[in-house]
Amino acid sequence: MTSVTMGPAEPVIPHHFETKPQHNECNILGMWLFLAQEIMFFGGLFTAYAVYRFKYPDAWEAGSAELNRAIGTGNTIVLLVSSLTMALSVYFAQTDQFKKLVASFSLTMVFGAIFLIVKAFEYHEKYTHGLIPGAWWDPIHPPEIDDPSKMQLFFIMYFIMTGMHAFHMVIGLIIAAVMMIMMLKRKFGPNKYMPVEMFGFYWHFVDIVWVFLFPMVYLI
Amino acid sequence: MAVIADREGAYAPPVREENYLTWDHSIKSWLFTQDHKRIAILYLISITVFFLLGGIFAMLFRIELLTPAGDVFEADRYNKFFTLHGVIMIFFFLIPSVPATLGNFLVPIMVGARDLAFPKINLASWWVFNVAGVFALLVLVTGGVDTGWTFYSPLSTSYANTSVFLAVTAAFAAGFSSILTGINFIVTVHKMRAPGLTWFRLPLFIWANYATGVVIMLGTPVVAITLFLIAVERLWGVGIFDPALGGDSVLFQHMFWFYSHPAVYIMILPGFGVISEIIPCFSRNRIFGYPFIAFSTLSIAILGFFVWGHHMFVSGQSFYTGMVFSFLTMFIAAPTAVKIMNWTFTLHGGNVIMTTPMLYAIGFIGLFTIGGVTGLFLAAMGLDVPLHDTYFVVAHFHFTMVGGMAMAFFAGIHFWWPKMIGKMYPEFMGKFACIIIFTGFNLTFMPQFIVGWLGMPRRYHAYPEEWQVLNVMSTAGASILGFGFLACIACLIWSAFWGKPAKQNPWGAKGLEWEVCTSPPHPHNFTSIPVVTEEAYSYTGEEVLDID
Ligand SMILES: [Cu+2]
Repeated sequence: MTSVTMGPAEPVIPHHFETKPQHNECNILGMWLFLAQEIMFFGGLFTAYAVYRFKYPDAWEAGSAELNRAIGTGNTIVLLVSSLTMALSVYFAQTDQFKKLVASFSLTMVFGAIFLIVKAFEYHEKYTHGLIPGAWWDPIHPPEIDDPSKMQLFFIMYFIMTGMHAFHMVIGLIIAAVMMIMMLKRKFGPNKYMPVEMFGFYWHFVDIVWVFLFPMVYLI
Repeated sequence: MAVIADREGAYAPPVREENYLTWDHSIKSWLFTQDHKRIAILYLISITVFFLLGGIFAMLFRIELLTPAGDVFEADRYNKFFTLHGVIMIFFFLIPSVPATLGNFLVPIMVGARDLAFPKINLASWWVFNVAGVFALLVLVTGGVDTGWTFYSPLSTSYANTSVFLAVTAAFAAGFSSILTGINFIVTVHKMRAPGLTWFRLPLFIWANYATGVVIMLGTPVVAITLFLIAVERLWGVGIFDPALGGDSVLFQHMFWFYSHPAVYIMILPGFGVISEIIPCFSRNRIFGYPFIAFSTLSIAILGFFVWGHHMFVSGQSFYTGMVFSFLTMFIAAPTAVKIMNWTFTLHGGNVIMTTPMLYAIGFIGLFTIGGVTGLFLAAMGLDVPLHDTYFVVAHFHFTMVGGMAMAFFAGIHFWWPKMIGKMYPEFMGKFACIIIFTGFNLTFMPQFIVGWLGMPRRYHAYPEEWQVLNVMSTAGASILGFGFLACIACLIWSAFWGKPAKQNPWGAKGLEWEVCTSPPHPHNFTSIPVVTEEAYSYTGEEVLDID
């Protein structure tokens, strides 16, 4: 039996780098900085959400009660498991285990897709309850609070925040699909695992956003 | 300087005598280049177009303001002119001006690297910028936008019936392109410095662009999401910031200024970097207080995030919040003053040579100081109440942004022109344009301090007759200023084709770009990566100009 290492046989270094570690460090730092700007991006949304929550606590409580906590919790677990399989993918790429890499990376994509499908059902449920803000706004059970119209603001923020998160998931899945094709062509391996690791950074970040989003929107 | 062994690149390097401009002439080799130097040139072309466009709008509303009555353009059109002037000049000229052109060109060379850390992302940044530019042009053809560059809600969300959506999309995309540049700079400075190039041997231009990168990275996403919310509110017809629908328009102002105040440091910090290079070079003197300038750059970048409330003294923010912001705003003047002092002390005792870049740099120090000190007037809460939204504010930020940043930009362009293009601009024409610009600038904006102090509000197309003399002066100055800019740009473009070839180090300057790189540089910058053995600005006073 011949041992075939997956991925390129030699480390690949673009012309403007001197060494492979330098290349890797640049990638990692660049990714951290990208995530820092993502934090500021979501931070703006979280700030707006928090400001309105303090302004209209009643409407926020009523809005939150309309959400399905069981589904939210289930989806949170799905996403956390996908983070686990993502972390394993990085490990399998580094340690040259091709089959396990493909399996765990596929699972990551599957869990990501499940999350989005569940999310779509949740959105549809809101639609049937008349909870889409704007022209469609027509709640089937209007909240018993002083100013029911303010619950609309809650759902605006709900849809924008979860929608922005879902958008990041969709982008993630598109990148993952491209990476899957490259993976099957044996482009990644111990000498080239950075793309997998970089994608892992992104994927974990999107999960962490949800970890903050879930309690803010569903629980408190 | 000593050298270490060269590691040849992934693709065959061009013939040694070729430089980055000449090794491939095809259009494709320009539009899809990953060479930071070519991307700098591409950016220079893009922002010059937008600078001229923004300038045309300024001329149009200055013509309206010649007479007290609103007679040349109706109020709506006037509103569109000043909005387009602001949006284009801020998002498409001032923010990318130095980082995207001189920064892109010089950051890798000054740190002794062959390129920025992520060349493809750098190219993507230019493309995204041009997509943003297309949106900006779409705003023009669809009838303009009239909210002011600040996009205040509920004007922008409920009342304006102009192309607000396209305008915020343009600003969003332009912001995204600057984020890509900022991240690239930070990574490059951290990870790609040449052997021996320690942090405190870095040119101050690098510190400045590094700090700018940090501000871009932390600030821009916030305005991105804010503009996104404005776009959603308009498209969806819901009330995120509209008070009539339960939203909070003051929240919009907080989120907007959380970026847009630091944005003035995105605009000015790279200018500080340029001045820190030019002053020691033409004083033939070590820079005075290197660590103070370096740390003042960082402290401005950090403090800049805690002063945004000074735009909201009359927006219904609480009195105590206003006091805190007022105090912090005055505090930020300290590191800025530290820089001015250090440049002045560098001049003092130096052997000053008055070249065109030096003329611009000295003009910068004077004008920026006036801009900064009047900023302190506006930071004082009590004084800001009558001065808010008057021409005093307009004059103040044009002194910092045009008198400061545009002067620094032109200083830098003239200084590094021989390196970037390989040609000398005609010195007499350069100085002539500089003096015209300086004169025109002062004639434009000095009267605006006075007319603002007298109470003339900004953003109106008609005004009482007693302010006409000052406004005529201002419009006359704007014409002279416009002529100066055209003369300067024409002179540079002429020299790119017919100027005398530049020597490797015409100014007798210190720095890797002058001491190691040819003019213009090799496509890979260095034949071998240099090893740096001394600090920056080690001028002895013996350096001579090397110009035919
Ligand atoms: Cu400010």
